[in-house]
Amino acid sequence: MTYIAKPRLHHPSLVKNKAGYTRRDYEGAVSTLCAGCGHDSISAAIIQASYELDVLPHQIAKLSGIGCSSKAPTYFLGASHGFNTVHGRMPSVMTGANLANKNLVYMGVSGDGDSASIGLGQFAHIMRRGVNMTYIVMNNGVYGLTKGQFSATADKGSISKKGVANSDESIDLVSLAILMGATFVGRSFSGDKHQLVPLIKAAMDHKGAAFLDVISPCVAFNNHPGSTKSYDYVREHNEALNRIDFIDGRDEITTSYDPGSVTTVQQHDGSLLRLRKLGEEYDPSDKVAAMKRVQEGMQDGEVVTGLLYVDATPKDLHHHLNTVDVPLNTLSDADLCPGLPALDRINASLR
Amino acid sequence: MKPTDIANPDYFHKVVDCQWACPAHTPVPEYIRLIAHGRYSDAYMINWKSNVFPGILGRTCDRPCEPACRRSRVEDENLVKGKKEPVAICRLKRVAADYKDDDDIAAQMPKAPPKNGKRIACIGGGPASLTVARDLAVLGYEIIIYDQDPKLGGFIRTQIPHFRLPESVIDEEVGHITGIGNIEFRHQRIDSLKAVLAEGYDAVFVGSGAPRGRDLDVPGRKEAAANIHIGLDWLSSVSFGHISKVGSRVIVLGGGNTAMDCCRTARRLGGDDVKVIVRSGFEEMKASPWEKEDAMGEDIPILNMLVPKEVTHKDGKITGVLFEKVKAEYDAKGRRSLVPSGEPDEHHECDDVLVAIGQENSFPWIEKDAGIEFDKWGLPKLNEKTFGSTHPKVFFGGDAAFGPKNIIWAAAHGHDGAISIHKMLIGEDPEERPAPGVNVASQKMGIHEWSYDNAPTIDHRLKVPHRPKKEALKDIMAEVELGFDPQLAFKEAQRCLNCDVQTVFTGQLCIECDACVDICPMDCITFADNGEEKDLRTRLVAPAMNPTQDLYIGDNLKTGRIMAKDEDVCLHCGLCAERCPTGAWDMRKYYMEMTQAEHACRKQ
Ligand SMILES: Cc1cc2nc3c(=O)[nH]c(=O)nc-3n(C[C@H](O)[C@H](O)[C@H](O)COP(=O)(O)OP(=O)(O)OC[C@H]3O[C@@H](n4cnc5c(N)ncnc54)[C@H](O)[C@@H]3O)c2cc1C
Ligand SMILES: Cc1ncc(C[n+]2csc(CCOP(=O)(O)OP(=O)(O)O)c2C)c(N)n1
Ligand code: SF4
Ligand code: SF4
Ligand code: SF4
Ligand SMILES: [Mg+2]
Repeated sequence: MTYIAKPRLHHPSLVKNKAGYTRRDYEGAVSTLCAGCGHDSISAAIIQASYELDVLPHQIAKLSGIGCSSKAPTYFLGASHGFNTVHGRMPSVMTGANLANKNLVYMGVSGDGDSASIGLGQFAHIMRRGVNMTYIVMNNGVYGLTKGQFSATADKGSISKKGVANSDESIDLVSLAILMGATFVGRSFSGDKHQLVPLIKAAMDHKGAAFLDVISPCVAFNNHPGSTKSYDYVREHNEALNRIDFIDGRDEITTSYDPGSVTTVQQHDGSLLRLRKLGEEYDPSDKVAAMKRVQEGMQDGEVVTGLLYVDATPKDLHHHLNTVDVPLNTLSDADLCPGLPALDRINASLR
Repeated sequence: MKPTDIANPDYFHKVVDCQWACPAHTPVPEYIRLIAHGRYSDAYMINWKSNVFPGILGRTCDRPCEPACRRSRVEDENLVKGKKEPVAICRLKRVAADYKDDDDIAAQMPKAPPKNGKRIACIGGGPASLTVARDLAVLGYEIIIYDQDPKLGGFIRTQIPHFRLPESVIDEEVGHITGIGNIEFRHQRIDSLKAVLAEGYDAVFVGSGAPRGRDLDVPGRKEAAANIHIGLDWLSSVSFGHISKVGSRVIVLGGGNTAMDCCRTARRLGGDDVKVIVRSGFEEMKASPWEKEDAMGEDIPILNMLVPKEVTHKDGKITGVLFEKVKAEYDAKGRRSLVPSGEPDEHHECDDVLVAIGQENSFPWIEKDAGIEFDKWGLPKLNEKTFGSTHPKVFFGGDAAFGPKNIIWAAAHGHDGAISIHKMLIGEDPEERPAPGVNVASQKMGIHEWSYDNAPTIDHRLKVPHRPKKEALKDIMAEVELGFDPQLAFKEAQRCLNCDVQTVFTGQLCIECDACVDICPMDCITFADNGEEKDLRTRLVAPAMNPTQDLYIGDNLKTGRIMAKDEDVCLHCGLCAERCPTGAWDMRKYYMEMTQAEHACRKQ
């Protein structure tokens, strides 16, 4: 653990964003995770994305469960709302929070143990409900916090630090999320911020259930030869389908692209996702093709990354429930308890 | 870019901006840390070894180290109220001198060994000669120092006013040198170099300074001569007690440090309307910003863009000086010239004029046929490495070598001259300069513990307390600056970023996890594809905009990328090393001791 606080001194070129904050203002406490943990890089990517999106820190809520990954929210967005729930139960708390105040930007941060083992049921349901959120799993294939037991995302046949092979099938959270109805699904790697930061930005902007599976090596327990979640393994097997540029509706478009090299996805709020192809033709709006490509990758031992599936016109939980326009927590007693005449009217309608 | 060769002693030396900028290459952060630890004597000795005059320099140094200090590049304007400032390196040096244990220092002073039979003459007893004497006496040479003034010290004693530098400090530090033994002082003016050489010295070091003050050449100069004084002569007369009064209205002509010392001295000798009048603009004045500040703080206005035209006088007595007003004009190449502004002349009344418009070398005592060649500016032709002249036995240093500079340069020249003399006399080639002694050692004490205080403070620069002005102006011997007390010194010392504790990268160990990149508060570190320096500088996490500071390039990474670290704004906080899982970063203290004559045989 590092004992000193990160100095407040900063590079002279540091600038404020449109919200009036520098990137450093989106940081949190100094990390207590193991030095070199992939989770810290993902935290840095979240900080960068939040800064670039000009979000006001107090309009973000970060929720997590239990695990090293779930501790990570302490180390970013120090001025935002936070809720550290019990193990595997972050989705239900986030669903509730989102129902009460839909105006916050919700970020769920979880681990492969937290989401694919104890919290698998909750994971499936928050996706199918379409809660408007960004759900990030920092996926290291082990229970880092409890000293490195295989988690449910560990690949079959991968070798533990002690030398034992994993005999169970692995759960692929990307496939599950697409299957369960998430409307924005991507995978990335903690060691590739060029790919990860725009993905987080686009996910945060997406008005539905967005899920990111971010492979994040556990340096203490799962970064050895034989592991399929180590820095070296992921670098060697990373099959990036695309790189996205997230273009906020407000931003001027300055980059030019060779014709035919990009696919543009326009979301309902006007923001653009430009997908730069990195090889094969890939259409992320085709759900069935996406499932197929991801499964093929698994079979071939590839770590398929990029924006894998997106529905440009997502519908979220509030849409399904047809809630009022304002956040429910702003409704007054009079709104919530309209009195006897209203009750009489309702009763009459049921007679 | 090629990977950085950190085995080259210059590479890390350059990262220690202050040490690199110091002519004597004093290990600044090392002594500042010792001050923070209260180890004043040790801090003093580090200074004494490299710059010879810690107590004197701690009050008077021109401090080229401070503008170089990294602190002034990395402070946050908002935290320091708009002014980014270097560490008070110079005034911390004084702290070491003020609080050292004198007995401890006396015990550590070297003693001369038995004489080796070789005799060296030093002409002039200023800091350059004294440094030569110190460096060579400890090797057994017999040193004879000649000076026309009755005591050793040169301009340090005769020019710098005692309210800036008490004489007791000069006595003490000159005493450290003469106390070594084998050093003889002769109060004697030298009128012939040939005569000196004829005495059979094995080498002669000329440290006679730049002793002539430039005179004013305008109508009225002769007629009013009784009240017009050459600054240098006037200051030394004050220093020796020959002058103790000045008129109440004084004009000081000139904008360098002599002018600043003249005006402040005049304020203490009865001048209550003292002004400095300069031909250049305020910014271009040669005096240091703090000297100007001190003068103005003593109610001395500085008037600019005025060229003296005539000294006015009546009945053989001065009445004032007439000035022509000028303005700056720039030609196509950006060169400045001062041209008449066309405004009416200005007359300033006064009782005395002090002329401090320049200082010149003069060697009337060196015969034309003595074997020393001079250039067209009247300076000796020297080998810039060895300080050797065209006469094989004669070396120059200090102000006598390249014109007026300052004390720290004089000391640096002295070290170099001593090496040359020693090498020549042991039959080696003085052109081959010995390598510095370098030691690079890890500072790791535990998992996240370092042997130095790695958390940078955000305190702004502290001011040295001054004697109240009323009191200070009453007594010409009363030192104005009171020095930091130990508490202030500690706080100021903690502002030092420990730039000598280097970030050392070992590519083979790196797993490219980005932990160092993510933690670095200054965004110094980047992993990227290699490229030409110009291109690489723009592709970093934060652009490296200061081309005078190196990029540290590390290779041997598994992905084939390189690590590029911008040394410019690194805080040496060690967080990169703390967050690195593999020890690919380590914090290692780089200690470099410049070579002096005693290590002259160290090979490059
Ligand atoms: C007013 C003033 C203020 C200054 N303030 C500062 C300051 O605050 N900080 C700073 O760093 N520098 C300052 N300087 C500059 C500094 O004093 C000199 O750069 C430095 O002393 C040069 O050292 P030196 O050893 O070359 O010679 P000097 O110190 O000049 O010593 C030369 C000595 O040689 C003697 N000498 C010359 N010719 C002969 C001869 N023929 N025979 C015998 N003796 C001879 C001279 O009398 C003199 O004592 C100041 C200079 C002046 C004029
Ligand atoms: C109800 C409950 N069961 C078990 C645990 C023990 N436990 C703590 S963290 C953890 C697994 C965390 O794994 P993951 O979510 O992958 O996080 P990582 O540490 O790998 O980032 C477990 C099983 C617990 N804290 N609470
Ligand atoms: S145990 Fe693993 S997951 Fe947890 S902090 Fe350490 S490296 Fe990261
Ligand atoms: S010591 Fe390391 S972490 Fe600290 S500023 Fe320098 S490069 Fe960055
Ligand atoms: S923290 Fe260490 S291992 Fe990780 S990228 Fe930096 S130098 Fe390499
Ligand atoms: Mg895990």
